[in-house]
Amino acid sequence: MQSNAALEYDYSVVKLFTYTTILFGFLGMLIGTLIASQLAFPELNYLLGEYGTFSRLRPVHTNIVIYGFTLSGIWATFYYVGQRTLKVSIAESKFLTIMSKVHFWLYFVGALIGVVSLLLGFSASKEYAEFEWPIDVVVVLIWVIWGVTMFGLIGIRREKTLYISLWYYIACFLGIAMLYLFNNMEVPTYLVAGVGSVWHSVSMYSGTNDALVQWWFGHNAVAFAFTVPIIAIIYYFLPKESGQAVYSYKLSLLSFWGLMFVYLWAGSHHLLYATVPDWMQTMGSIFSIVLILPSWGSAINMLLTMKGEWNQLTDNPLIKFMVLASTFYMLSTLEGPIQAIKSVNAIAHFTDWIPGHVHDGVLGWVAFTIMSALFHMAPRAFKREIYSKSLMETQFWLQTTAVVLYFTSMWIAGITQGMMWRAVDEYGNLMYSFIDTVAVLRPYYTIRALAGLMYLTGFIIFTYNMYMTITASKKLEEEPQFRSPMA
Amino acid sequence: MFHWLEKNPFFFSVGVFVVIAFAGLIEILPNFAEASRPVLGLKPYTVLELAGKEVYKKDHCIACHSQLIRPFKSETDRYGMYSLSGEYAYDRPFLWGSKRTGPDLHRVGNYRTTDWHENHMWDPTSVVPQSIMPAYKHHFTNIADIDTAYAEAFTVKTVFSTPYDIEGGVKLGTLDEAKVAALAEAKVIAADMKNQNVKDAVTRGEIPEIVALIAYMHRLK
Repeated sequence: MQSNAALEYDYSVVKLFTYTTILFGFLGMLIGTLIASQLAFPELNYLLGEYGTFSRLRPVHTNIVIYGFTLSGIWATFYYVGQRTLKVSIAESKFLTIMSKVHFWLYFVGALIGVVSLLLGFSASKEYAEFEWPIDVVVVLIWVIWGVTMFGLIGIRREKTLYISLWYYIACFLGIAMLYLFNNMEVPTYLVAGVGSVWHSVSMYSGTNDALVQWWFGHNAVAFAFTVPIIAIIYYFLPKESGQAVYSYKLSLLSFWGLMFVYLWAGSHHLLYATVPDWMQTMGSIFSIVLILPSWGSAINMLLTMKGEWNQLTDNPLIKFMVLASTFYMLSTLEGPIQAIKSVNAIAHFTDWIPGHVHDGVLGWVAFTIMSALFHMAPRAFKREIYSKSLMETQFWLQTTAVVLYFTSMWIAGITQGMMWRAVDEYGNLMYSFIDTVAVLRPYYTIRALAGLMYLTGFIIFTYNMYMTITASKKLEEEPQFRSPMA
Repeated sequence: MFHWLEKNPFFFSVGVFVVIAFAGLIEILPNFAEASRPVLGLKPYTVLELAGKEVYKKDHCIACHSQLIRPFKSETDRYGMYSLSGEYAYDRPFLWGSKRTGPDLHRVGNYRTTDWHENHMWDPTSVVPQSIMPAYKHHFTNIADIDTAYAEAFTVKTVFSTPYDIEGGVKLGTLDEAKVAALAEAKVIAADMKNQNVKDAVTRGEIPEIVALIAYMHRLK
């Protein structure tokens, strides 16, 4: 059945999602840099009237980078990796081709409306689940369509065994479906009362229960959007770019099933010392520590894939991106469990150490992985070599420095603030008023804003490099096998 | 077994789903009924307070303010009695937040006045000179959405049996009754304010967002 001639894969949807990855990446990071700057320079809150305050823009930032940049990146790579590892072109099925187009356009329009709705203040005010119910309905629809194209492709596959990346894409699909549905269970008030805003809804859960469901969602949205599919990406692109086989099948097996089982328990570490029962808190804490095993399992598997080929680090910036991403993944998945230890959490919770942790993960691991995948796909999808190696190098060092500045400044800020909140004088009275603990953070907020600006600049370099690759770079006669050609 | 699963996507997916689903079942379900129970004497939000909560949600105050006092001496000294699960029984959604760029607000009603809030929301640095919080001047001109707040109260009463319209409790009644009650509540707050536009609006029968928000802030105690 399988001929020796290489299959001609259909990259049209890959290209579309590549464009939105770049578009949403830029927007998300631009707003991120703006709101980081607002904390250091509050005058910047008034650029857009009521739509420009930190509080209004913060969910816009998080939603664009999660549901815009990251999801686009996940789907750009999925339509690429899916076709190639299943050895089937999506063009072979007319139905799937149409569905994949519908997937993209519904997503793109839905995402734009979602962003505008948040700017206008239609918000359920649950973190990372801010979209109000009409947008939620669209999200569910998009998700179902992705399910159809994914399982459709799997249904017509030539390669019978699912490659590791596909395990993770499937897990991403199932995990987000379950979490998103349950966390967004809400009753539209207009449908019950017949008056008021059509957009408005109330959560099905109240108080402590709502908090539990929310952080079961919130933590695992991170798992199934920022970890699971990103592992899918790196499991495909690192071996491909380096020409090395994945180090250990057994380790990938252990890490995958381990991650699936352990991750879901850890959500309650967001609620330590809150009003949820003690046993849940302890459970969340313990499983967070256990989570180091499967997380490091994947990361070590990636790093050891480079065994004997470390010299590639010196001459291929793409390998540099991917290896550093894996390393940041290790850092982040060690830092998280440390913060989940109850006594550490008592200081860390509510402070800037938390956004610090999030950003060494998303900037260092997620964004690096997605950008390197986009770089790797470009010569294959657009049949041109990468425009500039030296721009890639510049981007790499600029962004790496930015990430380091970001998390170090936030570590210091977070621990400083956490310690000041609890500091008492010799009589046992609180030593600092709240505002003292804000004023002391201004220098760190300034450093963080600078880090954001550097990362954004790196992303603009990336965008320019991709643009030139797509439009002006040297044409390729033949698809490169491993290492991506670059000028 | 794993090799077999990898060739059978359907069973593979079922396997993954079972493995990821059961943590949620074990952690969330057992305590569900108990965690929904209110503390003794807890009253549901009035329509004006709900309208204020909507302003709080719309401008996403949880980005910087928590509503959860942890059981540490340093927190109870600063903010008051630590938070109890039953105090949140009528909070849909919960608004604990996850970051304190500003202070906790769970008991802010105990120690801040209408006057303080008015000055603070107009220009935070006028009362806290080093504050980095933005001013929310648009709350003084935007009109609060009482219809939607009523719809919310009506919905939680109908669907979740939140105890409105009971003896000695919060009266909800019809939309028109609720509007009258909200305006009466708003007038009490506006009387303590100095912004003339706000006062005029309330006299006209309109309730600016700031009034609703202050009603909600006072409720937090």
